[in-house]
Amino acid sequence: MAFAVTALCIRCKFQDCLQSCPVSCFYEGENMLVIKPEDCIDCGACEPVCPAEAIVRDNAPGAEEWVEFNRKYAALWPNIRKSGAVPEDAEEWVGVEGKLETQFNPAPAPR
Amino acid sequence: MPQLDSGPSMNIAIVGAGPAGFYTAEALAALCPGCELDLIERLPTPYGLIRSGVAPDHQTTKTIQQTFERIAQSINLRFIGNVEIDRDISLAELRDAYDVVVLSCGAPHDAPLDIPGHKLRGVYGATAFVGWYNGHPDYAELAPLLDSPGAVIIGNGNVAIDVARILAKSVAELASSDIAAHAMRAIAASRIGDIHIMGRRGPIEAKFTNVELRELGELEEAVALAQPDQIPGALGDGLSPRERREKAKNLECFRLFAAADAAAHRRRIRFQFYARPVAILGAERVQAVRFEPVRIDAGRVAGHGQTFDVPCGLLVSAIGYRIRALGGLPVAETGDRLANAAGKITAGLYVVGWAKRGPSGKIGTNRGDGEDVAQRIKAEESAAGKPGFAALEAMLRRRGVHWSSFTDWKTIEAAEIAAAPAGAPRRKLVRVDEMLALCAK
Ligand SMILES: Cc1cc2nc3c(=O)[nH]c(=O)nc-3n(C[C@H](O)[C@H](O)[C@H](O)COP(=O)(O)OP(=O)(O)OC[C@H]3O[C@@H](n4cnc5c(N)ncnc54)[C@H](O)[C@@H]3O)c2cc1C
Repeated sequence: MAFAVTALCIRCKFQDCLQSCPVSCFYEGENMLVIKPEDCIDCGACEPVCPAEAIVRDNAPGAEEWVEFNRKYAALWPNIRKSGAVPEDAEEWVGVEGKLETQFNPAPAPR
Repeated sequence: MPQLDSGPSMNIAIVGAGPAGFYTAEALAALCPGCELDLIERLPTPYGLIRSGVAPDHQTTKTIQQTFERIAQSINLRFIGNVEIDRDISLAELRDAYDVVVLSCGAPHDAPLDIPGHKLRGVYGATAFVGWYNGHPDYAELAPLLDSPGAVIIGNGNVAIDVARILAKSVAELASSDIAAHAMRAIAASRIGDIHIMGRRGPIEAKFTNVELRELGELEEAVALAQPDQIPGALGDGLSPRERREKAKNLECFRLFAAADAAAHRRRIRFQFYARPVAILGAERVQAVRFEPVRIDAGRVAGHGQTFDVPCGLLVSAIGYRIRALGGLPVAETGDRLANAAGKITAGLYVVGWAKRGPSGKIGTNRGDGEDVAQRIKAEESAAGKPGFAALEAMLRRRGVHWSSFTDWKTIEAAEIAAAPAGAPRRKLVRVDEMLALCAK
């Protein structure tokens, strides 16, 4: 069992999840975060604190492809343990649909 | 693995086996490989408030224990349970024995409810009450009074919600929890019907988080209620977008509670705002709490109007936490943490977790503390040739202290799992002597 980050995180990247995650299983892309499924302990602490409501449990409808998406990018992106700057226009992207198609940046966060 | 760093390695004592203690140990093991790491805990059992604070019906949150168990078993960490600083050994003795001491002892004492009558029977602080239902040995004998129809909880944070929910749940709902057996029996026989959650300020100022609040609307036998005229129609100004979102969700919850029907429910959780307690009434035990209605004027609470009494046989105050000065160390002005500068108290002495920050943040917040302090220790401290565990062990032997190891804890845990009632994860042992009887001599 694991949780996964969905496209709702794209360009929002509030990073509240990092504060609540007890195992540091988040990885950082240019404009979103993902969860490494192997490291997630399924405690559920991140899901309710996400302002963008971007996190789902793997048994939610449609969650399976997000777990795979998270697995793929967790392997390519750096681990993130502490919150950095939140994008200035984050609020404007809350709940916007279709972000995966138009806004997603597969590049790892610059380190 | 060969030591790449020059010189001998440090020995470090960490005091308190809650989340902050484990995270600090993990970070130190990674940054200072080869250092001697001893985790000293006053109870024979580890995990601090994960075991004795987090609600017994929130078992997914408690799965975090597995993370700490993995830490304990993957690094070179010596767990030394049933040893209390200030009881069995002094902080000065510990500092003489170890190069570095890190305090992760939490801030586990209730802020006092300073009104007349607070010493009456039936009045408890949240630490005691929560400790009682969670089987903390300090509070196993509390035997709180659940024999009257009314209960009052003072405070507007998640701890108040935890207490209300545990009092409101049915035996069937609690069956999958690890609530202490004595608490399960008491709650099964409880006569409590009305549970009042009282706050000095309003629903927007309340510190409840939304998941916890929502959960109160989904109980089997209990209904959550609020007074329609106390729930504002709009949020008002001065909130960040994030606060607006969170508070809006809470208001939505309160509106549902305000529209709910009290009839046909065995128990009612009643939210009441803008009321401050002025006295606890009763001859020998609490019979009612007197409140004064308040208005918020320019952010300040001002009394106005006639006082009113809420009848109750149980009062739990959940109004915050205080720390006690371990080893006579200075406490910060706020009273809820040790005085420190970014985790450092003085050379060789550090602090993490609630003892450093005060009672704030989530379990994971303590991870950052542990990592920060480990960085500082690596940068600022070095081995001073102190004896470490050998000296501590000698002191404990001389004083006849029976300490528990991590293997002993695993034996205690196995006994608790074996004794679990059907559907429950464990049945907690609640007495230190019972636990020690299972530990190797
Ligand atoms: C009722 C309650 C419910 C909570 N629920 C949640 C929740 O659902 N989710 C969440 O994220 N957070 C929750 N929290 C917060 C969370 O428990 C804390 O963030 C966390 O436990 C703090 O960790 P700590 O290690 O600083 O302190 P603690 O967990 O308090 O650990 C301190 C340890 O030090 C030991 N100790 C103290 N004094 C001494 C001494 N003199 N010598 C030796 N050992 C000593 C104690 O026995 C204890 O084991 C809750 C807190 C409370 C009070």
